[in-house]
Amino acid sequence: MSLGDHVPTLQVLDPGGQRTDAGALPGELRHLRTLTPAHLIAMYRIMVRTRAVDAEATALQRRGELGLWASCLGQEAAQVGSAHALAPADYAFPSYREHGVVLARGIDPAAIVRLFRGVDHGGWDAAAHRCHTYTLVVGGHVLHAVGYAMGAVLTGRDGTGAPTDEAVLVYLGDGAMAQGHVAEALVFAASYQAPVVFFVQNNGWAISTPTRAHARAPFARRGEGFAIPGRRVDGNDALACFAATAAALADARAGRGPAIVEAVTYRMAPHTTADDPTRYRDAAEERRWATRDPVARLEKHLRGIGAVDDSSAAQIGAEAAEVAIRMRDACLALGPPQMEDLFARVYATEHQQVSAESAAWASRRVSHGAR
Amino acid sequence: MTAPTWATAPPAASTSPAPAPSLTGAGPAVTTLSMVAALRQALADSLRHDPKVLVMGEDVGRLGGVFRVTDGLWSEFGERRVMDSPLAEAGIVGTAIGLALRGFRPVVEIQFDGFVFPAFDQIVSQLAKLHSRSGGRSQMPVTVRIPYGGGIGAIEHHSESPEALFAHVAGLRVVSPATPGDAYAMLRQAIACPDPVIFLEPKARYWDTDEVTIGPDLQVEQFDRARIVRPGSLVTLATYGPGLAPSLKAADALAAQGRDVEVIDLRSMSPLDVDTVASSVDRTGRLVVVHEAPVFGGIGGELAAAVMERCFYRLEAPVARVGGYHMPYPPARVEHEYLPTAGRVIHAVEGVLSY
Repeated sequence: MSLGDHVPTLQVLDPGGQRTDAGALPGELRHLRTLTPAHLIAMYRIMVRTRAVDAEATALQRRGELGLWASCLGQEAAQVGSAHALAPADYAFPSYREHGVVLARGIDPAAIVRLFRGVDHGGWDAAAHRCHTYTLVVGGHVLHAVGYAMGAVLTGRDGTGAPTDEAVLVYLGDGAMAQGHVAEALVFAASYQAPVVFFVQNNGWAISTPTRAHARAPFARRGEGFAIPGRRVDGNDALACFAATAAALADARAGRGPAIVEAVTYRMAPHTTADDPTRYRDAAEERRWATRDPVARLEKHLRGIGAVDDSSAAQIGAEAAEVAIRMRDACLALGPPQMEDLFARVYATEHQQVSAESAAWASRRVSHGAR
Repeated sequence: MTAPTWATAPPAASTSPAPAPSLTGAGPAVTTLSMVAALRQALADSLRHDPKVLVMGEDVGRLGGVFRVTDGLWSEFGERRVMDSPLAEAGIVGTAIGLALRGFRPVVEIQFDGFVFPAFDQIVSQLAKLHSRSGGRSQMPVTVRIPYGGGIGAIEHHSESPEALFAHVAGLRVVSPATPGDAYAMLRQAIACPDPVIFLEPKARYWDTDEVTIGPDLQVEQFDRARIVRPGSLVTLATYGPGLAPSLKAADALAAQGRDVEVIDLRSMSPLDVDTVASSVDRTGRLVVVHEAPVFGGIGGELAAAVMERCFYRLEAPVARVGGYHMPYPPARVEHEYLPTAGRVIHAVEGVLSY
């Protein structure tokens, strides 16, 4: 028996960039009305920048400057649209492909490549940017996001109506939805009514496993048994992603508990630079999705409403190219981490074995030189 | 599961026994407590001392925990600080990590040793690594309390000793008190520690009573420093947690034969206080390590290697290890064959003295 794939999908912009507001709920429309052309341009600028940085990072990997890169090509609307809904006090927990979210949080793109270049396991000051570092164990961070949101309840930072109310936005993918830790995260979020929004980028593929192989019902419905409401949106429509996320975050901040937003999108690139998607999917599928390009869609809309013209679009593109070049230059300047620092940060406190090994390492270095 | 009602005021007083008296503002005091009561007192004093301390776990609230370690805390501190968790160990540790990221100091209870493994990934891949991954920016002051070890006639998964698995993970501290006094002091320090601590409670010793120094301050010995429990000169016996009682019993029996054995309580498996053990072995020339966990791949092997490196010319005999066998913890009817009884310890001491 099929449970069907029939859940309402929010689409604000059609692939041609025309405003349709199809299926928009009153709360979502309210958030859409807050968007000025300047907001839309800001969103578009970060999407273009994300794409440029992503392409440059892929090129850096091909040149041997990064060990690996996980491209977010095709998911810019899902990431930047949803992240645009974050209030300054909110906290984002990305997975490891959310470069658009990281850029939207104001983090230097050069910080992202630290991990992929092999000079760091993190890369930025999470608390300062209210954006956690990447977590590579699929789904491992989702419980952290829920715990963080539980802390908002404990500290009286949700449901008060004050501007200090906060919510947590956690990013995960279709693959992560199979993880037991994610199921536990849904249990805890519901039990404690934690102000957390699970933003599921259903990009069609968990490396080589298609979504239909491990999910027989839409992820937007996954929360039903947990009493967590869900919403499916066109994940290549930045405004739909913004509207649904903004509504869910507002509910969470107001003390109405967690929600799931499923953004149906497509991973246009390989899983990572180490992957070969020709072994498991059709080029025709990729071509089909290319016609639904999220960046092009928002650009068409902006041109349609007169917010962007050839000249301003070219300027935004040139700015993005500059950001990518700066990221490349900063990346190439990144040297290896210092072993002293790595020893120093295993523990916050003294540890007899780490101290002994650190001293032995330093002493060998003195007697034999840096080899 | 009853959904916590966090929006409500702290629950009315339950019928639980009254918690030990509050020590706020008082100086240190000496009282006689069981290990369970000492642990409870440490939790209560930590909750009072630091509003960021939380107690989380399965059945730790209204029930007071299956061993009653948290008895009375829920009624005293309320469900926002003593939280009954859903029955999901990864969820408990994973959400504790998120709470720690915003400054809380969660103390989580894993109900039994064998039930920690659903949380193993969160402990090993996240809790242990986040301080390092964050470049030292984030601290993870999470204490994971685990009743562990055998000798209580329990069914499968209720008698295990997983300390070596955790000690192998950089970023974790792994400790085990052997006495009520240490249970209090070490738990206070574990909770105050900015690093994650796996706090292994020897459940077979839960109902031992002893004098315990309690107080609002933490002026006690470092919890990662080994303690010479019984000075001696012939052989060094190094142990911890549930191994201390049979080791002391063996030392008593050996003393009756005129054999003077030094007993060291390691207290901590990570870090491992090799300095204290090595200086003892420098005097005795002989070492026997005692633990309930399987000998193969265990703390005893690590200590033997470390002492060999430090005391090679002082050793008069090979280091001997007494502990569990490389088998799943046996059914309770034969656990005495598996555990490091005083008889097995005496046999090992006689072995190293025969060189």
